Amino acid sequence: MTLLLRSGQGVLTLLLCLVALVRLPLLAPDAPFPFGMETTALILLLIAIGALVSFLPIGRLARVSVLLVTAHLAAWLLIGGISGNEGQARLSYFLLIAASWLLGWRCISELAEIKPSSRQFTMALRLLIPAIFGAWILILWEAITRGAGIPFILLPPPSAIWDRITGSLPILAADVRQTILKAVLFGYLVGCAAGFIVAILADRVAFLRRGLLPIGNLMSALPIIGVAPIMVMWFGFDWQSKAAVVIVMTFFPMLVNTVAGLGASGSIERDLMRSYASGYWQTLCKLRLPAAMPFIFNALKINSTLALIGAIVAEFFGTPIVGMGFRISTEIGRMNVDMVWAEIAVAALIGSVFYGVVALAERATTFWHPSNRGG
Amino acid sequence: MPDHITRTNLRTHRTHGWPHRMTASPASVVSARKLGLTFQTNDGPVHALSDVDLEVEKGDFVSFIGPSGCGKTTFLRVIADLEKNTGGEISVNGMTPEEARKARAYGYVFQAPALYPWRTIENNVALPLEIMEYSKAEQKQRVQRTLDLVNLAGFGNKYPWQLSGGMQQRASIARALAFDADLLLMDEPFGALDEIVRDHLNAQLLKLWATTEKTICFVTHSIPEAVYLSTKIVVMSPRPGRVTDVIESTLPRERPLDIRETPEFLAIAHRVREGLRAGHSYEE
Amino acid sequence: MRNERLSSRIVPVLTIVAIIIAIWYLAAIWMNAPFQRDLDRRGNVTSTTMEFVGKTLSQPKPVVPAPHQVVQNVFENTFLRKVTSNRSLVYHSWVTLSSTLAGFAFGTALGVLIAVGIVHVKALDRSLMPWIIASQTVPILAIAPMVVVVLAAVNVTGLIPKALISTYLSFFPVAVGMVKGLRSPDLIHLDLMRTYNASTWQTFWKLRMPASMPFLFTSMKVAVAASLVGAIVAELPTGAAAGIGSKLLAGSYYSQTIDMWAALIAGSLLAAMLVTIVGIGGRVVDRRMGVQAT
Repeated sequence: MTLLLRSGQGVLTLLLCLVALVRLPLLAPDAPFPFGMETTALILLLIAIGALVSFLPIGRLARVSVLLVTAHLAAWLLIGGISGNEGQARLSYFLLIAASWLLGWRCISELAEIKPSSRQFTMALRLLIPAIFGAWILILWEAITRGAGIPFILLPPPSAIWDRITGSLPILAADVRQTILKAVLFGYLVGCAAGFIVAILADRVAFLRRGLLPIGNLMSALPIIGVAPIMVMWFGFDWQSKAAVVIVMTFFPMLVNTVAGLGASGSIERDLMRSYASGYWQTLCKLRLPAAMPFIFNALKINSTLALIGAIVAEFFGTPIVGMGFRISTEIGRMNVDMVWAEIAVAALIGSVFYGVVALAERATTFWHPSNRGG
Repeated sequence: MPDHITRTNLRTHRTHGWPHRMTASPASVVSARKLGLTFQTNDGPVHALSDVDLEVEKGDFVSFIGPSGCGKTTFLRVIADLEKNTGGEISVNGMTPEEARKARAYGYVFQAPALYPWRTIENNVALPLEIMEYSKAEQKQRVQRTLDLVNLAGFGNKYPWQLSGGMQQRASIARALAFDADLLLMDEPFGALDEIVRDHLNAQLLKLWATTEKTICFVTHSIPEAVYLSTKIVVMSPRPGRVTDVIESTLPRERPLDIRETPEFLAIAHRVREGLRAGHSYEE
Repeated sequence: MRNERLSSRIVPVLTIVAIIIAIWYLAAIWMNAPFQRDLDRRGNVTSTTMEFVGKTLSQPKPVVPAPHQVVQNVFENTFLRKVTSNRSLVYHSWVTLSSTLAGFAFGTALGVLIAVGIVHVKALDRSLMPWIIASQTVPILAIAPMVVVVLAAVNVTGLIPKALISTYLSFFPVAVGMVKGLRSPDLIHLDLMRTYNASTWQTFWKLRMPASMPFLFTSMKVAVAASLVGAIVAELPTGAAAGIGSKLLAGSYYSQTIDMWAALIAGSLLAAMLVTIVGIGGRVVDRRMGVQAT
């Protein structure tokens, strides 16, 4: 009994296998390329081994390795067998997918319980666990869309999106150049710089601060993205109007955060500077700006996402015939959903890299802050 | 390896009974033998406690005193099952600490009041009672009684931030008393308070101890506090955390504040100071 | 004393607002002048400077509409039209508001649920949390038009696709904020619950949940604003018949600048209203929980 309790997923996996075995074959009878007897047996065997091993009181690392191999090999075989048979999968196919997913989940749970002994191992685990989780999202997505034959328009399988990405690299590159390198980068730099400068001004002039801060706070809650059509009208269809949208969107978060950051240094530290008879700019550079850095980077991070959104959405209101937002809105009109997904994947990648770069810069400059220490 | 030892002990206990139960005196509330606790850190093992032998008898007021890092708080946390020992044995009311915790055998008072800011004083005191599923009427009656006990009657519907630090700590003591555990574990409860308030609370605590007849384990780093309060003073020293001296107090149980000027008091305080110094020179 | 504090707060804000409006007027005159000059030349009209300025501020399709034109438009379309009229801002706001609220409600519920899971299941924490954080760096709004069009292709139209996008946008801040909130109790508070041998559920209801309330409302403020943006953007691509987003798009197609600005103002008012309501809700809960008034 305690043996069974050791792995609830294991029991469930075996049950699913059993039902799948009863309900064979995996594909509809008229499928063009049915699974071979051997492949089916191999898949069942792999899953069963994985499930059984999850009960064994062998070392955790050994269990994890076996689970890792069996779950993913089974999933790989299952997905490999579906090509050419789109939409022909029967219940048993999905049961086996579910069974191998349970093994994958078990693997993640076991990994999460490991108490790592060294720092490198900790880092590796921190990457490995979400990587497996992400891989399973893709596996389930692929298996379900292709197995059940979900209409391409509704949700294309990841493999098709990948094909589209690799197949239209020049178009994607041109779109990235137009949207990211011109509109986003320019707008981001100008918007953040403007926000920062106005914040310093507001800090110098108390009246300005008291007036601007509530307005800035209000503005950051408003749907500023709505200025996009107005900017397109003022600055034309090309990237300048998108950059203008990005500037407006990034300005207020930077303003509000910098003002808050400049107030973040402690009164004792400020009194210390006072006792040195230090001037405004000295205090600013030596104490208040460094203390404000975490806030400023917070704004830079928020703005990295906002800038992308601003530029892409602004392109919905009119562009020359290039740009990520333009591609998304035209290809969706032609029902080329895979191209849309390809653009979104690229946008996601760029968004993450953008954020990552800012985060790295933050680590380098504000290593002393509690949230960055001992990481 | 240490993990293995504890596990075996637990198993022995479950099947054959606690091996040392017979040797501990029947009135023993806490009994530790060769108790050890080692933390595994990235910089290697840290011996927070090693070879601690101790008996706390029913009705005792035991103070643990020593420099920071001597394991006095850790020892209290082992009794409370907030840490697990990695070596030796310990029993609380003749049970393992885990069983004792599940039987709600003790009340714990932390360094900070740890009152929930969204609850009134009344409801804070009622918190353990709610968790232990006392009836509403019983809750009300017990809250009233314990608030009276710590002289906080009339402050029940205030929020914690409306009270002074000393009153907050009194409320947290009331919370620990509310469910009538016989054992009170106090971890430097007055450490953050100023000397005047602390004297006052010490006197109140002694009175409370006399009326409720509880057993109290009290961690402190103040020598006068330890001597004034305790029937038994456990002097500890760091690296590894261990007991260097156990002093039975010769002071009467009835102690007015000015007892602190008597030669007897000063003699005990002197011995405590000697013990602390000895523990320190051990290392240098 | 109180009066003094009020004036030290209000006066600067009003001054800045006044300056903005003044700049707006100047910009309107300056930006609309070329077109007006052109018009005058063609019509052979000569006018004094004052007349000219007056005309730049009352064009039907100005590059920059003057504030009073926008205010007038908002007023007319809000109070003077029948609520069911296609030109009524109340009607369009309601269309957007309904999907915003539906999405916000689902998003908040989902976010709280996920946060509870992440705090209690270690495997979820390790595997899902990095993705939730990473997904905040992704321009999710870019998906909005696709979701709407794709769902329209399978005959799901109207409120649901828009609400879906709002859900998607609003669940992130709530999930992240609630994870932080549910983990906010000090170790000492958790130890206290342990000494009482409290169950996981008791710890959750008596400690984690109340402690997370301020975090919940802070993230709900962000979520409701994001939810509104989601609903507005979702109204862009389809040529949706109604809603603030479609009003913006229509304005941009037909160069109805005043309408466009009015729609923008309506959206802003809606956002301010929603955030204020959530803020008030937060304050009411705070007061009930006896939080110190500042």
